[in-house]
Amino acid sequence: MSTFRLGEFHPFSGGGQDYLYLVPSGAIFALDPLSHSLLGQLKAGERSQDELITNTTAQGFAAPEVEETIKELYQAHVIANGNGFPAEVQAVPMPFPLQTLVLNVTNQCNLSCKYCYEFGEDRVATASTLDGKPKFMTEETACAAVDFLLANSPGRRAVHLTFFGGETLMNFKVVRATIEYARAQAHAAGKYIDFSLTTNATLLTEPVIDYLAENHVGVTISIDGPQEMNDKLRVFSNGQGSYEIIAPKVKELLAKHRTRPIGARVTLTSQVVNVKAIYRHLKEELGFHEVGFAPVTTSPVRLYAIGNDGLRTVLEQFTELAQEYLACALRDEQHGFSNVSDTLQELHAGVNKSHPCGAGLGLLGVAPSGDIAPCHRFVDSDTHKLGNLATGIDRTTQVDFLERGHIQRKPECHTCWARPVCSGGCYHEAHVRYGDTGHANLHYCDWIRGWTDVCLQIYGEIAARNPKFLAHFEERKAI
Amino acid sequence: MKHLTAINRKAKRVEEYIAVNEEEDDVFALQQGPPQQRPHYPVGCSLVFSPGWEVDVTGGTAGLCQPVERDLYDCYISCYWPAQVPDHLNNYPDWTSKCANATKDWRKIDLVFP
Repeated sequence: MSTFRLGEFHPFSGGGQDYLYLVPSGAIFALDPLSHSLLGQLKAGERSQDELITNTTAQGFAAPEVEETIKELYQAHVIANGNGFPAEVQAVPMPFPLQTLVLNVTNQCNLSCKYCYEFGEDRVATASTLDGKPKFMTEETACAAVDFLLANSPGRRAVHLTFFGGETLMNFKVVRATIEYARAQAHAAGKYIDFSLTTNATLLTEPVIDYLAENHVGVTISIDGPQEMNDKLRVFSNGQGSYEIIAPKVKELLAKHRTRPIGARVTLTSQVVNVKAIYRHLKEELGFHEVGFAPVTTSPVRLYAIGNDGLRTVLEQFTELAQEYLACALRDEQHGFSNVSDTLQELHAGVNKSHPCGAGLGLLGVAPSGDIAPCHRFVDSDTHKLGNLATGIDRTTQVDFLERGHIQRKPECHTCWARPVCSGGCYHEAHVRYGDTGHANLHYCDWIRGWTDVCLQIYGEIAARNPKFLAHFEERKAI
Repeated sequence: MKHLTAINRKAKRVEEYIAVNEEEDDVFALQQGPPQQRPHYPVGCSLVFSPGWEVDVTGGTAGLCQPVERDLYDCYISCYWPAQVPDHLNNYPDWTSKCANATKDWRKIDLVFP
């Protein structure tokens, strides 16, 4: 006789409907009253099929219906019997086709933001690792990177090139030349290529803006909110804030560049945590299409590090702003809080990540020297180097990096219901906090679970009250 | 499926998979980890540093086995911890015969030289 117990899932509700988020598949199912009753009984412990049927028919449900529901719950792995399921450890499929290459076209910057992971106290590239290496990527290296991307993306129809820095626009000449070269080479290879860049906006001029708009280059602006917040840490080397310089340039960019949505990327620090005020300013006063927030990556001892109390405040404010997103979604309107849309995108797809992100898999970073890193945050770090454009990817190092980052290697995550979306979190964050890219980011666990739960409830409410809105998430972004 | 409604794309894939494999008795629709290992409650001393558990069941230190006189009997009679107390069961059955009350008479207990 079969005895059943609860499988691994996170229950949530939204819009008056009960749902389950199944772990580790990432599937989301809505429950009917019968399945809800069965799960309620199993909460108290294991039950035999007969007991379940007897108890549930006593509530007025028909026995064949109960049996059918038990079967459905079992088949979807909502409940399990004593045998458990076979564990499968996935080997990383190698070589993994590239999708995105991030070119750090320069490691120089005209700002001196105090928290910068390239220049701040927790940087991975130090004076010794930078010694003797070029500060600006040459056109030759950038074009070699394009060839590398096209050659190492077999089977992919579309690939992506991102320009990053330092301050990307300090090497705009190379950016422009690379885009032209890449477009021609991609066309010859029968692939589609698109471009984006991240900038601090200080060097945006009319010709640059025109070029970016004409060439459909996606732009992300690093900005931390209104002047008093932005200027706390986003400063020039003399300490002067950058807001006054960038605000008119950002407005001009947003007015002229209409071919791609322009996003703002905010770094939250202990001094800058007023999420709603920042969002209002960037979305409503400056006119950004989307605003995304991320807590600063830093050692916990820095003055700008967000402690646990700060993270709780951030979660509260995220939750409030997410309610606005929900209200918009129910009216079929877009809202620009991209942390919600990004999470909903992943929940809708039902991701179940073996690794926290695509770094070292489909995404690689390239330093001005041509050295290859897992992502842009690790460029110019000798310990994380995965190869060079001239010699190719060092597969042994790459496999080692990926194996250490695999969810199977993070025992702390194995009992967490949020692991399908989190998978241990950012490698760079883990390196800065724990000195090991393969370490789970344990300081964020409560935050991640809290935030995922908020987003699940929003997802559930949208699914119950305006399901057609979910069609916005059908088109798969690169996850 | 009638009682579960697939909401997201992964759930729809699970549903399709189940429909296709309906005939098989035990479908493994998804990859799932091994059965969860639950912690057991330890009885007796810990493996290496007996009796020095680092923390007690409440996470503090108040309930720890303290290495004081009264522990002599705990170690000697119930578990025999080599190097700390003599082997009561086989070689030194009379080691504590002059010691009626460990907290008072512990000075009467002598060293042993195996």
